Parts: sequence; C-alpha cells; structure tokens
Amino acid sequence: MIKGLQLEFRQSYAFIARNFNLVKRYWGWEVVWLAYSIANALSVTFIGAGAGEITGQTDIDTDFLITYLLIGTLVWRFLASIFNNISEMIAWERWEGTIEYTFMAPVRRFNQMLGQTVFAIIYSLIFTVIIGAVVASFFELDFSEADLVSATLILLVGSLSFVGIGVVASILPLLYPERGAQMTNIVQAFFLLVSGIYYPISVLPKWLQVLARFSPATYVLEGMRAALLPGTVDKELTSFVWPLLLMGLVMLPLGIYLFQRAERYTKRTGKLKRSG
Amino acid sequence: MFKPTNNTQVAVLVDDVVKQFNVAAVPVWRKLIRRSHQAAENGNSTELKARRGKEVITAVDHVTFNVQQNEIFGVLGPNGSGKSTLIRLLSTLLLPDQGRIEVFGLDIEKNDMQVKRLINRVSVDAAFFKKLSPKENLLYGARLYGVSGPEANRKAKEILKRLGLRESSYTSPMEDMSRGMQQKVAIARAFLSQPIVLLLDEPTTGLDPRSKLEVQAFINELRDTHNATILITTHDMNEADAICDRIAILDEGKIVALDTPDGLKKLVSHNGQTPSLEEVFMQLTGKELVEKDDLTDFVPEKVLA
Repeated sequence: MIKGLQLEFRQSYAFIARNFNLVKRYWGWEVVWLAYSIANALSVTFIGAGAGEITGQTDIDTDFLITYLLIGTLVWRFLASIFNNISEMIAWERWEGTIEYTFMAPVRRFNQMLGQTVFAIIYSLIFTVIIGAVVASFFELDFSEADLVSATLILLVGSLSFVGIGVVASILPLLYPERGAQMTNIVQAFFLLVSGIYYPISVLPKWLQVLARFSPATYVLEGMRAALLPGTVDKELTSFVWPLLLMGLVMLPLGIYLFQRAERYTKRTGKLKRSG
Repeated sequence: MFKPTNNTQVAVLVDDVVKQFNVAAVPVWRKLIRRSHQAAENGNSTELKARRGKEVITAVDHVTFNVQQNEIFGVLGPNGSGKSTLIRLLSTLLLPDQGRIEVFGLDIEKNDMQVKRLINRVSVDAAFFKKLSPKENLLYGARLYGVSGPEANRKAKEILKRLGLRESSYTSPMEDMSRGMQQKVAIARAFLSQPIVLLLDEPTTGLDPRSKLEVQAFINELRDTHNATILITTHDMNEADAICDRIAILDEGKIVALDTPDGLKKLVSHNGQTPSLEEVFMQLTGKELVEKDDLTDFVPEKVLA
C-alpha cells in the first residue's frame, strides 16, 4: 500500500519536477511573459485611474475602480495561467515529440493531471503574486478591510473547476494535432467574455448573462470582489463557494473521463504519432 | 510487479493482428483533374484512380508470431512495411483492429497498465525535451516508472558511461548533443526502467560504427544478465545477423519469412552458396516489390484480375 502510494507520488512528482525544469531552462520566455503580463495588468488598471479624465466626472471613486480592475486582472491571469498549463500539456508534448514516451509509461492519467495541477497552481500563484505586487506598488490601495483568507480560499476552490475545464480543453490538441492548441484559445476567449473580468456581468446581453452562470470564473470574481471590496456585493461568501465546489466536482472527473476516451480514440486512429 | 516463471515462456504473442488507418480521401475535384490528366497520357490508366483514392491503408496485415523469453527477435522490412506500427502496437500506443497481442500472457488492451510496467521502447527518433539535460530527462523518465531520483541518477551515470557519453554532457541541454549522443541517452532511458521486454525501433540508426557495437554489446548484456526479451527492428543487416536469434521479414504489413538468420539464408540459397542476409532481404522483399510495382504501374487492374 505504502509502496503503491510512493509510486503514485513519484509519478505525479515527475511532472512537477519536469515542468519546473522547463521553466528554468526557458527562463528567457518566462521573463518576457512576466514583463508582458505586468504591462498588461498596469494598462488595464490605469483605465481606472484615468476614468475621471475620460468621462469628465469628478466624483468617481478611482481607488475603487482601480481595485476592481486589478482584482479582475489578477484573477484572470491566475485562472488563465492554470487553464493554459493544463490545456497545453498535450501541445507541449507534441511540440517536443515526447508524447508517445509519456503515454507509454505506466502512469494513470489521474496521476499525470495531479502533477500537472500542482505545478500549475504553484506556478500561477507565484506569477500572480509578482504581478499583483508590482501593480499595487504603482497605486496606494487600501486592503485593510479585505478578507484575504476568504479570497485565497475562493481562488483555490475556483481553480479546481478550471483545472477540469483545462483537462477537457487539452483533448483538443490530442484529437486535432495541427489545430488543437489554437482551438483551446477559443475556449479561453469564451470565459474572458462572459465571466465579468473587467465589468459586472449585468452589463452583458441577457443571453450572455445566462452563459456567465456556467463559468466558474464568474463566481471566483464575484467572490473575490466580495472578499476584497467589502460592501460591494450583497451576498454571503459561501454562496460563491458552493457553485465552485459543485463545478469542480463535476468538471474534474468528467475531464479525466473524457480525456481517457479521447486517448483511446487516438490509439485507435493512430493520431498520437503525428507531431505536426 | 509481474515476474515470469520459467525460461521457456512466450514473452510476446502476436496473433493474427491487423491494423488499418484511414488516410485522407482524395477530393473529388482532384480525382477529376488527375483522371483527365492521366487519361491524356495513358488511355488505359483510369483503373488506377480507384486505388489511389481509397481511404483505408493496412499497415499490419494478419501478422502472427511469438517471441520466447530471453530471445532477441528481429523484424526487418523496407520503409513503410509496418515495422514501426508493429512496435507501436506492442508499446500500447496503438490498439489493434483485429487479433490479440499479449506480453507474458497479459493482454495489451485489458491489462495495459501491467504491460506498460514490463516494457520500454527506444524509437528511431530520440524524443526528448530538447532544452532539458540528459539528467533532467532521465530522472523524469525514471520517475514515471517509479524509480527514485537518486537511484535513477546513479544508474543513468553508469549506463551513459558504459555507452561512452562524456560526464560533462550529463547536465547540458540535449539540443547541444549530436543525434548519436541523443540516441544513447534514449537507450539509457529505456534501460533505466529495467524492462523485461525491450522494444527497439531502429535503435542504432545514426550511430557511428563504434557506438553501434557498444549498443549491440549492451543489448546482448541486457539479455544475458537481466533475462530480458528484445524485439528489434533495423535496416542494418549485419546488426540483425549478429544479434538476432530469429528474424521476421515484413513486407507490406505481412510476414513473408520467419526463421533464424541461417534458416533464412538457406531459404534462398542457390547452387550451395550461402547468401548474405542482405541478399535474402532483397530476394524476399525487393524483387517482389519490383514485380508488384511493375504490375500496378503499367498493367491495368482488370488485366491483373
């Protein structure tokens, strides 16, 4: 039993260590991506700083607007990073040509996903904290009344369902060797549009508001804003946690199940071999 | 882990296996263009279009053989004969459309996880994370098979030293290494998991003669000291002759001959002269291919029928 657990732990750890080694070796890209993300986050939050001048109104609470946009930027950066890390795991392996070796190893997909998820959460958290710290240093924001513990909890619970969605999206590069990786961007674009990253979902057309309720990012953002901007959302924090837990419970096993079905299909049709 | 019980056991059983692939159908407009173009060149060639436009190709065609434990079994065949597909089927990377494949009595579909623990494979293209070093790649590979980091590190150094890899290369990115060196790391990776069935898909392609001999000696050693069973595909006839106990010759997905190297030579010997394995290969595949090409290229199918 202990030996079995040790084996499973080693297998999951293999993916964590490999990914951190890749980050280390591709450090130049990491620096570029970090600089881009910081510039992107700053450019969005400066919209809040400039709202008064843009509209000509003097009674706009710019600190609130900056914090609102900053939360959206950071949460999206975090969730998108997790989604990318999970959904692109197959695309990476195809690109490097190692996919057959990984799929031939006696590793349960659950262990692979677990390792990939742990890496994605740690990596995304580090990335987001750095971006948040740099952007916050540009503005004098007051988080004295913020509930940071609840905000972290909501973020972590929300990330589980995003892992599930990422696993489902990772099927695309498995099934479509040439176009699959690009197709995952469409999935990401959908969540960016409907989840209220930079605006309340109430401004969306009604049909998009319905779709927004199926996005875990919607609940994460509402929950984060309720925790970090007290008084802005008239709901208990638990009302955001339950939908996220439910989505996580559905999406994670569903993602792994669908991935296994897709893997079997690729073995039937010979699509693993393609490297294009 | 599964342990084989005796030395006369069948290690690998391939029974009436068929593997087909769908290939992209030729669009109707292209068929029409090709038809009109070829009709202008050859009025009788229209029968060929149906062959070229078909959507299914058979890569492995009712193949049956078994490999005994501790045997080195070679598979020879021209390019596109189905060797790599066969290796992929045995590696659980492809599922057969028909027939069954067993490794020490374990079905590769039903008991895939157990089978995976028993096998490893070296492919012709050394597939690695090229930015990572041999050490990082090998530790990753070994952990997937449950080998601890320190143990894998120690063994990897031993194997790579044995294969003549410089110690300084161990921590440098793989992309800085020659193809031959990368292939040696691929061989080390497969050996690290101590497979009892090792699948080698043209493992010495791209290696210099000295490296080839080192790898061949290592394969023999693995068989002798670890009781491993080895299935190898190669284009190198001397290599096949030197290390294989038995050889199957594959052509167009079918086994056209299966015997010991000496048995194959006797099969095509003329006037008491013993041919080389290369001559056997040409006799059993090349000549036949030429005949078929002649037929399909220049004779209408209705005439063949």
